[in-house]
Amino acid sequence: MEHTDMGQLRDGQRGLVFGIDEAGAMGRRLRDMGLVRGTQVECLHHSPFGDPAAYLIRGAVIALRREDSRRVQIELL
Amino acid sequence: MGLTRGSTGLGAVDTGLLIQRLAESDRVFALAGNPNVGKSTVFNALTGMNQHTGNWPGKTVATAQGRCLRRGRGMVFVDLPGTYSLLAHSAEEEAARDFLCFGGGDGAVVVCDATCLERNLNLVLQVLEITPRIVVCVNLLDEAARKGIQVDLEGLERSLGVPVAGTSARSGRGLEGMLCRLEQMAGQPAPGRPLGVVYPQVIEDGVSLLVPALRPAVGERLNLRWLALRLLEGDESLSRALCAYLGEDILQRPAVAEALAAAKNLLSQHGWGQRELEEAMVGAIVATAESVAAGVVCAPAQGPSEGDRRLDRLFTSRRTGIPVMLLLLAAVFWLTITGANYPSQLLSTGLFALGDWLTQGLAALGCPQWLLSPLMDGAYRVLAWVVAVMLPPMAIFFPLFTLLEDFGYLPRVAFNLDRCFQCARACGKQSLTMMMGFGCNAAGVVGCRIIDSPRERLIAIITNSFVPCNGRFPTLILLLTVFFIGGGEGFWPSVLSALGLTGVIVLGVGATLLVSRILSATILRGMPSAFALELPPYRRPQIVPVLVRSVLDRTLFVLGRAAAVAAPAGLVIWLMANITLGEATLLHHCAAFLDPFARLLGMDGVILLAFILGFPANEIVVPIIIMSYLSAGSLMELESTAQLHALLVQNGWTWATAGSVILFSLMHWPCSTTCLTIRKETGSWKWTAVSLLVPTLGGMLLCFLFTAAVRLLGLV
Repeated sequence: MEHTDMGQLRDGQRGLVFGIDEAGAMGRRLRDMGLVRGTQVECLHHSPFGDPAAYLIRGAVIALRREDSRRVQIELL
Repeated sequence: MGLTRGSTGLGAVDTGLLIQRLAESDRVFALAGNPNVGKSTVFNALTGMNQHTGNWPGKTVATAQGRCLRRGRGMVFVDLPGTYSLLAHSAEEEAARDFLCFGGGDGAVVVCDATCLERNLNLVLQVLEITPRIVVCVNLLDEAARKGIQVDLEGLERSLGVPVAGTSARSGRGLEGMLCRLEQMAGQPAPGRPLGVVYPQVIEDGVSLLVPALRPAVGERLNLRWLALRLLEGDESLSRALCAYLGEDILQRPAVAEALAAAKNLLSQHGWGQRELEEAMVGAIVATAESVAAGVVCAPAQGPSEGDRRLDRLFTSRRTGIPVMLLLLAAVFWLTITGANYPSQLLSTGLFALGDWLTQGLAALGCPQWLLSPLMDGAYRVLAWVVAVMLPPMAIFFPLFTLLEDFGYLPRVAFNLDRCFQCARACGKQSLTMMMGFGCNAAGVVGCRIIDSPRERLIAIITNSFVPCNGRFPTLILLLTVFFIGGGEGFWPSVLSALGLTGVIVLGVGATLLVSRILSATILRGMPSAFALELPPYRRPQIVPVLVRSVLDRTLFVLGRAAAVAAPAGLVIWLMANITLGEATLLHHCAAFLDPFARLLGMDGVILLAFILGFPANEIVVPIIIMSYLSAGSLMELESTAQLHALLVQNGWTWATAGSVILFSLMHWPCSTTCLTIRKETGSWKWTAVSLLVPTLGGMLLCFLFTAAVRLLGLV
């Protein structure tokens, strides 16, 4: 299985979260969105200027900047 | 909380949370829930209060409250900010948490979205840790049914151990049942054993150490298990609120301090740091929510519907995102301009006829001329102008904007523009506060509370007035139409006006970005902090209620302001135009004094004076200009744009003057209400002064450069 970070996902690609590389407020915020180990995420689309991107996380569509999504480690599905 | 009468203008100056019990026996309930679950729809349906639903997180930044009466007993509902969790320590979450813990209510309703129950259960579980006195309201059942999702409400009630009620708040279904459950719950002792989250053993051991130590200090006032968890987590904002609530710092008690040290020691022995602890806590909550949801929800694979995906492709893709956004904006302006034409003329004819009739009537009743003139030619005339010229565009633009907001489009705009804000080193949520500014800058400034970082919040506050508020749109439209489009009627001129206005807005957004970037590099240095933006499903807006409510809202609001501000301003202008000092009138003296400076900016003394007198409300700037010119000139009737054009040209206007006025209208000091709100929100006169100076100096510089360029190039 290929390991990467969430910021690398292209439109339509999916992955499983296995860790968040961030202890501070953002880490907490990402976890509150339901991004915990084992959560499946799907990259839906990127914004017109390429960043941020919209992800499907536990049934909700959440936009994250690459700066933040790259803190989330995932396994490609 | 959306742009309503309560949240815009002076209503935007929040006075803090004071529960208004009308009767001693009133019961108080909090409404909690994730953003976009229809919490405000539930609130409206219950209280009938004028508060509309919104689509962006943190919309209810100030808590709203409303009351309803059931069988002679009042129920007060407090609408808490929408949050996903109570753990992440943002301003909204602290507000929600503090109310649930310390608000002294009789219980809470946690509103959930039936279409994604699992995620909503995270909040339910967290609220349950604070208090078992809740009713879970599973809303949007109709939407869930359409998506083929079924929720077993009885099963959910069994799993959670608290009352569960299903609703479809938009159609009002199920609300009666929910109220019954709520009344029932409030009348009984707290339910026995609601579902609790079980944390990993080390955390549970730590909690067991802390709870006995906390009991003597806190007693029954708070849930001890919850408090122990928060102390373990080291939540600082909570300790402050806790001190205020308990009247002492419990951490100063030796027993508590010892137990906390022992518990933390235990955690570190097992190699648990802050991050592991937080991860484990959230992980346990998410896992519990997952297992509860798995037992009661029967759903096909989820994700946005095909329709939503298609709309998102149209609204946010690389090729169509930005063009569609500009087109939509222009379309809204076009509707505003075209739609405002007819009512404007009608109001103008009607009000001025009424004015003549009133003047004659008062004169016949023997009203002396010294009173009649200032009242009718001064106060009434400006008031009539404000109502006739400014009201119709405001009453049309505002509801259109609200419809787009209800539809779910605004978060997409934020998504499209985020990269620009990132480059300006500003918070991504700033585009949301900027869009609130279109409605009312004061509301936009209050909306800046959704931005957590103080640095970014200040940037958003300072730059908010770069987007023209509802009160400035009519000025821009009028000048664009009169000077740049030629004032013709019909389809093409109105399209050109709309495009021109779109250009002005783009300029305003550009100024916002540029100034944000400059501020980030100078007095508010720093890098952007992280943020997550939810793109909620598109929802069909409730067209008729929105139209009726916001047109009425706007009309009342503008009429109120007209009476409060325009009429006195008209009186002042009349007095200035009629009191003679030496050779000339007071108006002439003032205008002459301002004139040399105003000329540098491509305007004249009267225009600058109008902007200064328009400090209480931007709507009155153009009416004051017209009044001043009329009082000096011979022309007394103004019925068409051609006549207005003639009046302005008579007073030395060229297209370049109009250009300068448009630029200055876009960028000058915020209105007095906005300034008051900034003072309130920042708690500092210094930042209020900065917020006043930045747009003013920027606007002056731009007008100066524009005028100099026009003159150098010999364009006029």
